[in-house]
Amino acid sequence: MTATIEVQGLQQGYGKTVVLHDIDLTVMPGEILALIGPSGAGKTTLVSTIMGMLRPKAGRVRVLGRAVPDRALLARIGYMAQTDALYTTLSARENLMFFGTMMGVDRATLVQRLPQATAVVNLDQALDQAVGDYSGGMKRRLSLAIALLADPPLLILDEPTVGIDPELRQQIWVELHRLADEGKTILLTTHVMEDAEEASQLMMIRGGAAIAQGTPAALLAAYQVDSIEQVFLKAGRAQDAHNRHD
Amino acid sequence: MRTTGMIKRVMTEMLRDKRTLALMFVAPLLILTLIYFLFQSNGDTTATLAVRGVDTTLTAALKSDHLKLAPVTGHSSAKHVIRTHDYAGMLTQSGDHLTLTLANNDQAKATVIKVGLQSAQIKLKGQAAATGLKAQAQAIAQLQAALAAASKAAGIPVPAQAPARAAGAVSYTTKTRYLYGDKDSTFFDTLLPILMSFVVFFFVFLISGIALLRERTTGTLYRLLATPVRRGEIITGYLAGYGLFAVIQTLLVVLFTIYVFKIQILGSVGWVILINLLLAAAALAMGLFISTFAGSEFQMVQFIPVVVIPQIFFSGIIPVAGMPGWLQAIAHVMPLYYGADAMSQVVEQGAGLAAIGLDLGVLVGFVALFLALNVRTMRKYRQV
Repeated sequence: MTATIEVQGLQQGYGKTVVLHDIDLTVMPGEILALIGPSGAGKTTLVSTIMGMLRPKAGRVRVLGRAVPDRALLARIGYMAQTDALYTTLSARENLMFFGTMMGVDRATLVQRLPQATAVVNLDQALDQAVGDYSGGMKRRLSLAIALLADPPLLILDEPTVGIDPELRQQIWVELHRLADEGKTILLTTHVMEDAEEASQLMMIRGGAAIAQGTPAALLAAYQVDSIEQVFLKAGRAQDAHNRHD
Repeated sequence: MRTTGMIKRVMTEMLRDKRTLALMFVAPLLILTLIYFLFQSNGDTTATLAVRGVDTTLTAALKSDHLKLAPVTGHSSAKHVIRTHDYAGMLTQSGDHLTLTLANNDQAKATVIKVGLQSAQIKLKGQAAATGLKAQAQAIAQLQAALAAASKAAGIPVPAQAPARAAGAVSYTTKTRYLYGDKDSTFFDTLLPILMSFVVFFFVFLISGIALLRERTTGTLYRLLATPVRRGEIITGYLAGYGLFAVIQTLLVVLFTIYVFKIQILGSVGWVILINLLLAAAALAMGLFISTFAGSEFQMVQFIPVVVIPQIFFSGIIPVAGMPGWLQAIAHVMPLYYGADAMSQVVEQGAGLAAIGLDLGVLVGFVALFLALNVRTMRKYRQV
């Protein structure tokens, strides 16, 4: 079985600033990978590189068996951006149809899939309301529905649970696990530790470098702690100590 | 399919935004109407000229509907007289020397006085010449009579004399035909084709630029580029969506011009629409490109004095042919110059493709250049 995402020796940056260094990452189909790290750690840059929005400075990135950047590949990636990028004068349905069309899905298929994608995020009742009248949480949910709409083999979700209430969060996780069980790959960024605990793989990023990587259980065992949060703190302290010795 | 989706979205957003729609369709008509009335009332400038010690023959010749005379006496300076009574000028005479002092705060009034003085002098010279000619004719007649008498006495036959014709006695009748407009045409008739182009350019530039800017700032552009859409498809969607609104705007302006202002359009309305469509495309491509350098709507508006206002000056409102070479060179890098030139030719001279082909070609060039730049700048967001 080939990996959905393969990143080897990735270096990334803007101009002379190095944002990411020496990132190695493999995500297999059916896995849920959570990228955890403080803001500014380089999570979004890594996500952008995997999507092919940024050309790698050095190293190799392959997604679904193809080298990135590759425009056609984007049709197979369901993306949820960190900020809600929605057209506020349009209704939720119009937003969904528009982004679906841009993904290259034909109208009939879109009409058929729309109810399912919106039911997951409890938006089926407010579909014809203008997005400008939506609350922050509703916008977040609509963004997620847009990512799910094209039924892609890879989902990339940038901070998907921000502003979403616990009950709905649970519901979304049930859906994400169901999709993973179908063989879909999910990559998400978060700084909510509860989300990290749901993932099957974790990658902790701090200051542009991966400080810890593995399954939640393996990480807990390796760092001899009893929460993911503590793993992160301990790995961070180890990174600081290491940097001081340089 | 994606392009159709883009067009549909651009148009739906526009139709939902009633204020912008009104701005695009009502504001141009409002502006044109205002300018129309401004130029209607501009035909009758009257000026008052103070005169001191001027010959009565000259003052009589000076007086006209547009020039009122105010005789003054005393020794106050011309400046003082003009300032106290708010005259447009003062004419004084000492011997055969005339001194004209002009307030010159209103050049139209100054022109009325200068032209009045000139034509009065011509009138007087004409009268003097006519008087002189009459005297000469009498002298010639007397000479001829004397000559005839002398010849008779000497027995020489006298040839029949052609009657002496006084030059200047011929009076021509003039019938004026107008190729464009009529005797009531004002500067507005000249201005209108330029304005027709300008309103389309201005509104498309501003609205499309801000629309793309909003896409950048709200992140929808990035989100859009995270789909397999081509950058060219995004730009084409904008071009077609806003192009359609530009055509509707042009049709409105044309209909308004024909039925409300009753101003004729000599050329084909098809050309008018094509010119404005190309100009709208140029405005859109420029607007989208300029929006790259703006961080907010406010900053986009700041580009108006830099990008739009200079174009008005070079659009033909002030004849470009009369400008110094380096200014003409500037005019030739402004899309509105070509659009307005083509539009003036079509509206005022009934020009066809042969005459406006070059203008249209240059506009197409502008569109292509800025579209290419746009597609390039979008690389910042997605490198493929």
